[in-house]
Amino acid sequence: MKNKKIICRCKEITEEEIIEVIKKGIRDIDGIKRALGAGMGLCQGKTCTNLIIRIINRETGIPIEKIRQQTSRAPVRPIQIKIISD
Amino acid sequence: MEEKDLVIIGGGPAGLCAAISARKKGIDVLIIDENLRPGGQLFKQIHRFFGSKEHMAGVRGFVIGEKLLKEVKELGVEVWLNSIAYGIFKDKVIGVIKDGKNILVKAKSIIISTGATENPLSFPNWTLPGVMGAGACQTMINIHRVLPGKKVLMIGSGNVGLIVSYQLLQAGAEVVGVVEIMPKIGGYLVHAAKIKRFGVPIYLSTTILEGVGKEEIEGAIICPVDENFKPIIKKKKYIEVDLICIAVGLTPLNELLYQAGCLFTYKGYLGGMVALHNENMETTVENIFVAGDCSGIEEASTAMEEGKLAGISVAEKIRGKKWEDEKDQIRKRLDDFRIGTFGEKRKLSKEEIVREYYERVKTW
Repeated sequence: MKNKKIICRCKEITEEEIIEVIKKGIRDIDGIKRALGAGMGLCQGKTCTNLIIRIINRETGIPIEKIRQQTSRAPVRPIQIKIISD
Repeated sequence: MEEKDLVIIGGGPAGLCAAISARKKGIDVLIIDENLRPGGQLFKQIHRFFGSKEHMAGVRGFVIGEKLLKEVKELGVEVWLNSIAYGIFKDKVIGVIKDGKNILVKAKSIIISTGATENPLSFPNWTLPGVMGAGACQTMINIHRVLPGKKVLMIGSGNVGLIVSYQLLQAGAEVVGVVEIMPKIGGYLVHAAKIKRFGVPIYLSTTILEGVGKEEIEGAIICPVDENFKPIIKKKKYIEVDLICIAVGLTPLNELLYQAGCLFTYKGYLGGMVALHNENMETTVENIFVAGDCSGIEEASTAMEEGKLAGISVAEKIRGKKWEDEKDQIRKRLDDFRIGTFGEKRKLSKEEIVREYYERVKTW
């Protein structure tokens, strides 16, 4: 991993990998998530979402405000599913 | 299922002020906070606040926090601590994990005051131990009294970067420099002057290229940039550090607002996507209000005023009364605070939010 820039630290997805899928035509956060799993770790994208938006913006020129955010669903914090299944 | 008139999610400066204002108008209030003590970021603010007397300027943040907690207690506001509001569902039902149990709370009104998260900055090795957010670092030194590093490089010269640099010096660390990619200092000069007096260099038009280290951070490579922010590689320089602090802004923590179905707009000067709201802080979903940093990154002083506005507005709706004069005074104090280079832009952005609220509500 020498000199590689990790973007999603939960799932250890690098900037190179993200640029690669952007080149294949993915243009939003949910798309990157589906392709690579970035943003699906413990923090649920709280750290990497802004970084990924900036990469999409830089690589495609799409203005930041036009890049679709990820869909937010409960739970917004890591919680044990067994607690809410009772 | 529990039923409440007003549930406030997030007991920071905005949430506490909202609770106090609503309770004083006779509303039963429940505050839900995930921390062990309410107050949000106030208790780590050991510096004096800005603004005028009405904004409690000159008072240190944690003193304001203590005052608010005392008031909340005296008024008999119910507070659930160590409790996670993990979702907002249909008909304003909030899912809460409290004491390891799942509790559903149905609210007539909700004020969302969940604050913000720190922005990350990615560079090679930023995932090594020894890189952390400046806000996290401030929590460690001022709340937990733990010094996370001895030789610190601060990235970002906004107020957070400058204040935390100074507080690191006070805590006994050496701050080897503050790096700023823009050609001028981002924060107030009064904060910059404090660290300059200690001889801390502020590197303008400079960026961090990478962190250096195997198991943990041992150093950093910084590099001047040209007018297009492109690093001038031949001028790069190695600095020995064991902690790199990132102070490059905050993003509103707005997931619960998304789940509640609120409409959003993008406001760069307020930190990103923010929920539309009217002049009473009510979002496009009726009886769901927003206040503080999660409605746009500003300061604790503005968060407190927005909280009061939201609290009074909830009381007006529930009790069918009007307190327009009181609200106008709060709005005036907000306007008075939103001055200066950054304040003006935030003020304009806030005005746009209210305008867009009415445009979008009309076209529904």
